[in-house]
Amino acid sequence: MDKAAIVGVAQTKYEKRKKDQIFADMVFDVTRAALDDAGLTIHDIDSVVTVSNDFFDGRTISGMAVGDACGGQDKNISTVSGDGTFGAFYGLMRVLSGYKATIIVAHYKGSEGNILITTNGMFDPIFHRHLGIDVISSAAMQANVYMSKYGIREEDVAQVSVKNHGNAKNNPFAQLPMDITVADVMKSRKIAEPLKLLDCCPISDGAAAVIIANEELAANCRKKPVWIKGVGHCCEDYYLGDRNLSNPIALREAAKRAYAMAGIKNPIEDIDVAEVLEPFSYMEPLWLEGLGFCEQGTGGQLIGKGFTTMDGKLPVNPSGGALSANPVLVAGLARLIEAALQVRGEAGARQVKGVNTALAHGFNGPCGQSHCVWIVSGSE
Amino acid sequence: MTEWLKEVEPLTLKGQIAVPYTWWAGETGSKFLVSIRDEKKILGTKCKECGTVYVPPRKNCGRCFVDVGEWVDIGDEGVIEAHTIVHYAHPMQPVKPPFAYALIKLDGADVCFLHLVKKNLDKIRNGLRVKAKFKAERTGHILDIDSFELI
Amino acid sequence: MGRRVAIVGTGQTYHKSHRPDVTSREMIREAVTSALADAELTIKEIDAIVIGNMDHFESINYVDTYSVEGSGGFMKPIMKLSTGGTTGATVAIGAYYHVSSRLFDRVLAIGFEKNSESDTTGAIITCSDAVWDRFSYSGAIPSLATEATAYMEKYGVRQEDAALIAERDRGHAMNNPYAHLRKPLSVADVMQSPMLAYPIKLGDICPRSDGACAVVLAADGIAQKIASKPAWFKAAAVRHTYTWFGDSTDYNKGLVSLQRASKDAYAQAGIVEPVAQLDVAELYLPYTWAGLKWIEDIGFCGPGEAARFVGEGHTHMGGKLPINPSGGVISTNCIGATALLRVAEAAIQVMGKGEKRQVPDVTNALATGFGGCFWSDVVILSSERP
Repeated sequence: MDKAAIVGVAQTKYEKRKKDQIFADMVFDVTRAALDDAGLTIHDIDSVVTVSNDFFDGRTISGMAVGDACGGQDKNISTVSGDGTFGAFYGLMRVLSGYKATIIVAHYKGSEGNILITTNGMFDPIFHRHLGIDVISSAAMQANVYMSKYGIREEDVAQVSVKNHGNAKNNPFAQLPMDITVADVMKSRKIAEPLKLLDCCPISDGAAAVIIANEELAANCRKKPVWIKGVGHCCEDYYLGDRNLSNPIALREAAKRAYAMAGIKNPIEDIDVAEVLEPFSYMEPLWLEGLGFCEQGTGGQLIGKGFTTMDGKLPVNPSGGALSANPVLVAGLARLIEAALQVRGEAGARQVKGVNTALAHGFNGPCGQSHCVWIVSGSE
Repeated sequence: MTEWLKEVEPLTLKGQIAVPYTWWAGETGSKFLVSIRDEKKILGTKCKECGTVYVPPRKNCGRCFVDVGEWVDIGDEGVIEAHTIVHYAHPMQPVKPPFAYALIKLDGADVCFLHLVKKNLDKIRNGLRVKAKFKAERTGHILDIDSFELI
Repeated sequence: MGRRVAIVGTGQTYHKSHRPDVTSREMIREAVTSALADAELTIKEIDAIVIGNMDHFESINYVDTYSVEGSGGFMKPIMKLSTGGTTGATVAIGAYYHVSSRLFDRVLAIGFEKNSESDTTGAIITCSDAVWDRFSYSGAIPSLATEATAYMEKYGVRQEDAALIAERDRGHAMNNPYAHLRKPLSVADVMQSPMLAYPIKLGDICPRSDGACAVVLAADGIAQKIASKPAWFKAAAVRHTYTWFGDSTDYNKGLVSLQRASKDAYAQAGIVEPVAQLDVAELYLPYTWAGLKWIEDIGFCGPGEAARFVGEGHTHMGGKLPINPSGGVISTNCIGATALLRVAEAAIQVMGKGEKRQVPDVTNALATGFGGCFWSDVVILSSERP
């Protein structure tokens, strides 16, 4: 793969409700901020990718709301309808095809819709929609089968929530920095067993932007380039019943491709920090297994041994992750932004020491049906 | 620009989009729905290449990317392989919480069937057998199967 | 610089007003298997998939993950692009970048819509800004009607002039076994059809169709092994901007997005005299006046000259620059597929696979996509490797 780098990043503060801003306002803010971060102007950008979803926005052609706000006038602009990591992948492909710089901007307002109804819309209209299944109840079934198969206790995954909300205290953008204990998680209201309130992400509003540039332009940007070393995405079966929900095969394959491109042979040694998309606490250990950081079924042990804390061998989600802020679609782009900040050494209080190689991850579809994995690094 | 914004009261507008939908079940889906409506019989299809028996039935196997070979009768009983008890409500749910979703490996099928369990929630566990309970009045809809019951 | 990319196979369903025999996923599979057969490839040889539609027509959230069984996406990279009416072209262009980037060698682009499953206007209206536009000015027809009246006033164009576009395209559709509407429609028929929003009559507008289209793209070096006459991408240009309907539509300026996209595309492809250098055009014309106004915007003739240009037969089969040998959008409109069908039909012309609708000796073919918010995409395909 030709050289390309992340040269500019920006995110809004994630909040429960941004009453004073419309989508275009949020998008304009992060566009300007990402350009400033990169030391570029809107005229340096020759390609634009917006990321939004018509259901979540309650608007067909949801990209219409933000094209002008991210500098889309008279430029090649398209909308990826899916997680921000996929949008960024399209932006990368544009740069690899000859554009100088692509800005990728994602927006979302959980406060403006009903996530249970809009995610019920992911399911088959003939066989599943009318059962009322949605993003939470489906995730709960995945948690149930994963945890019972490998003897992972609710207290084990509760530690993920404790860790991530705690990490969020170091992240000025996070919505829910909290000091909680495993006991707090265990006592929290049952949502869909085994998920309790504190095992679940919040409803969030926010936007984020990433600028990817070619090698030549990257050399002229303000910050140290964050080189893109490997990317991969992959999708598995659609029907929940067709899948082995305790073995994320699509994630394994996506990671395999990204690792091959990046020359990663031993993930837990070669990667210094990981930002994974975990709207539900059980997803963190499950995705770590799929990413090859540990053997299948042992994700719970990684958590239990403290591997994934800020002082651990592989810090996971120093930003606080999706458990601390989950503007859907934006959250994947935020993982990539956090990975980039770690590589740059700009992560402030949430900086992990000595990061050279970072992993970012996002997914689409119920129970993580389709995953996208990024490897970024300070080395060319 | 941003200074005067601070003096402004943000207003919100409530709205709802109502777009009616009619989804074609297709021939394969229709055969399944007609069978549960008229005969209370659950049908699946079997891939001629990999032999996987799918329920609900498919027109083609997604893994082999070939048309499925044949129709197969599936039992109305099976084993719970995953479940969750739901404690929140939203308009698309057919019943008030608490109720459970279950992925059920029906006898004769190679994949799990997603449906509801409404009773004996305190006893529900993976590995238990359940049986389909059909509604008395059926219209050719997935909810002609009211739910599955522990046996 | 990116790699050169060519289209090496296309497939589509037989478009109809209703397809009760299949679900969206099953319908997609028909187009995919047809495209794979055309390219003589198996699904295993496809490296990635790009898919798109307009969500609110089927109310299926995340169609990429929904489609897997039918799109062939099992254990493959798949992503969804969605930009309204332009979706099909956006998907083709997105697939082009997948290959051009060198990350994927053979990519499948899929567009589809089952318009019969929803109330089209109800779904389209949601594209208007909820606070500012939705209550006063929305749906596809009112905006196009406004555009048409402005044009008629400026140049003295008659309704009959526009009706000729429908007569031409519907006549062309008789040669296309896949087209939805395959009955001739005369200018008189159009003039007698019911008025919807002046001056747009029923005969002036496209139908709603259920249909899918799939196109296989391959990289330079690989494309030549797959197809004897690959359709090379010489240009791909996109111009999508709009915030509120009042902004981008100074009707006296014409369809600005198409002017800009075509200018960019012509520059990429080295086209200085469109009518002389292009052999065929598949234009996204959702209604008849577009067939007049927009060919001026795209440089086929000067402002106000379109009625005469079309009236003299230059755009009919056998003319200088045949437009829509497939029958175009006025004969088939499965929205998420429609713009991809323009690209596919342009590819079919270049590859020489048009059968009864083949224009002789095609080197360069142009395809456009249009979206109801006045967005435009332009693709130029050629038998000449750039």
